[in-house]
Amino acid sequence: MGLKEIFETLRKNEKKALIPYITAGDPDQEKTLEILDFFAREGADIIELGVPFSDPMADGPVIQRAMERALRSGTTIPDILEIVRRFRKNSQKPVILMGYMNPFFAYGFERLVDEAKDSGVNGILCVDLPVEEVYPFWRYAKKKELNFITLVSPLTNNARVKRIEKYASGFIYFVSVTGVTGERESLPLEVRERLIHLRHCTEQPVVLGFGVSKPAIIQEFWNYTDGFVVGSALIRRLEEVSFNIHAEGFKSFFLELEKICHKQSV
Amino acid sequence: MGKKGYYGKFGGRFVPETLMPALYELEDALRTARRDISFRKELDYYFKEYVGRPTPLYYARNASKKLGFKLYLKREDLCHTGAHKILNALGQALLARRMNKIRVIAETGAGQHGVAVATAASLLALQCVIYMGADDVERQKTNVMRMEILGAKVQPVTKGTRTLKDAINEALRDWVTNVTTTHYILGTVFGPYPYPELVKYFVSIIGREAKKQILRKEGKMPDAVIACVGGGSNAIGIFFPFLKMKNVKLIGVEAGGEGIASGRHAARFQTGKVGIFQGTKSYVLQNEWGQILDTYSIAPGLDYASVGPEHSFLFESGRVHYTYAEDDKVIEAYLFLSREEGILPALESSHALAFLMKNKRDFEDQVVLLNLSGRGDKDLPTVLRRISEDGIKRDFRDSQKK
Repeated sequence: MGLKEIFETLRKNEKKALIPYITAGDPDQEKTLEILDFFAREGADIIELGVPFSDPMADGPVIQRAMERALRSGTTIPDILEIVRRFRKNSQKPVILMGYMNPFFAYGFERLVDEAKDSGVNGILCVDLPVEEVYPFWRYAKKKELNFITLVSPLTNNARVKRIEKYASGFIYFVSVTGVTGERESLPLEVRERLIHLRHCTEQPVVLGFGVSKPAIIQEFWNYTDGFVVGSALIRRLEEVSFNIHAEGFKSFFLELEKICHKQSV
Repeated sequence: MGKKGYYGKFGGRFVPETLMPALYELEDALRTARRDISFRKELDYYFKEYVGRPTPLYYARNASKKLGFKLYLKREDLCHTGAHKILNALGQALLARRMNKIRVIAETGAGQHGVAVATAASLLALQCVIYMGADDVERQKTNVMRMEILGAKVQPVTKGTRTLKDAINEALRDWVTNVTTTHYILGTVFGPYPYPELVKYFVSIIGREAKKQILRKEGKMPDAVIACVGGGSNAIGIFFPFLKMKNVKLIGVEAGGEGIASGRHAARFQTGKVGIFQGTKSYVLQNEWGQILDTYSIAPGLDYASVGPEHSFLFESGRVHYTYAEDDKVIEAYLFLSREEGILPALESSHALAFLMKNKRDFEDQVVLLNLSGRGDKDLPTVLRRISEDGIKRDFRDSQKK
């Protein structure tokens, strides 16, 4: 199933997409594949796979550490595509590559899109690529029918939302607060209004990310979005159990997230 | 500039969406400030009365005699706080106040830009946080104390390589979090548009003054203008007014460190390739996978993996000749100017002099203008350590006997 069908089905069944994020190669490539399989088996709808970069300026401490571990394990773009290829033998769950421009640019953006498409990647998200710079990259991804995920922030005004929407395919990623990725105790109430407004402006599915650290936050914004991205909260728990996916602290947390995303509407 | 924010194919605005509104706000503030006579008057006032401009253009008679050409020094080392960095810091702090920001943040490597921003913030009553790599905090204790005495908070950065690039990452993370109340005073002609233009606007007074001064003293334009290139603000500052004068040779000198072959250097135009880093497309020292490499230079102000996008443009267009100087030669240049002229040059600026000394025959009987971008007191510990460590000791003693 493509992203479009996934969101259609979820909407019909009154469910929300659970979108876990991990960094590829953290702590090594075998473990990454194991975690992807776990996510697919236990009910993730879409998986975001981070491409490690030495200078992740939009990430908080947890994902920074994940990227450092991934770089130490020597993980490169071909390795990451190989992980996806192997994952595809067991699962058709969509995978989105998420990363910073320089590794993509160094690899060659067109080559990346071609090879990503071949290995079964469904979409790409570039953190440091605002609409002002997007065109040549977007055009190639579109030509190759690779979804191009775009970000909207709390400071994005209406005119920019319209511009961003033109380039969006798959879904729009709404950044909950100004700041970097990382767990937060709670999210400000105005996130609701912003989500209502954003969903009013666009036909595209909208997912909420940054600071989605626990089931209670998903509960709170359940009615206002099409899905939730959870990254740092999962990675921190993986660190705590030394990446043992069977450990209770990690597994039960993920299952709780799954339950709350997929329950009937509240 | 062609496409907005670009110098040829270099530049642009590669930042997360959250920062885009702030970049537009800044662009707007710069545009209106440039047209606002009261802002320009205020800037002139502070540059003259507070920074001490115009800085002299000094004819280095003794050095010239030894080198075989006429060497003029643009004395930016005489600026308040000891380097040209105060121009940009003060200019941006004034802009921050116009944008009603109550807080400014900045990155610093050696601490020169940090001290300049802390100074401007204290003058204009702005809250100030300076991000500095934890290793740099250790190495530059005096500057840390200066910033703290000026009322700034110095935040050590323990992530990554614990140096300048990590301090920039951390400053960007702060900015993306506090963008509505905070202005980020980036320290060089780098980063996303409009920063390279903004910083150029404040530092190009260096070249404008120098052009008038050399004309008065020599009755003609110089044959060559030379400056060191880290991020590239002092170089753009002195080059810019000469760019259209094709007969004036422009030379930018990068950090050759321990030699290009050693890999321990910061010579982006020697082994770097085009990349997208910290908001802009420019030459970057990176591995084949696009991971940013550690750099090295004896001069902390040149120790950075990328370079201002306009420099990349000037490199590819061939208008500026970019070269490098290695540490040993840089120390020699530092000692030479100290001995001959009684001027301690910053190790950064010493790179430009080192290149001239090594290639003095190419400049025979010419008029050469060197941007002495900062003073060298800050580098005394480094220089003394090098003198006692290696062979330079001998040369130094020899020159003492003379």
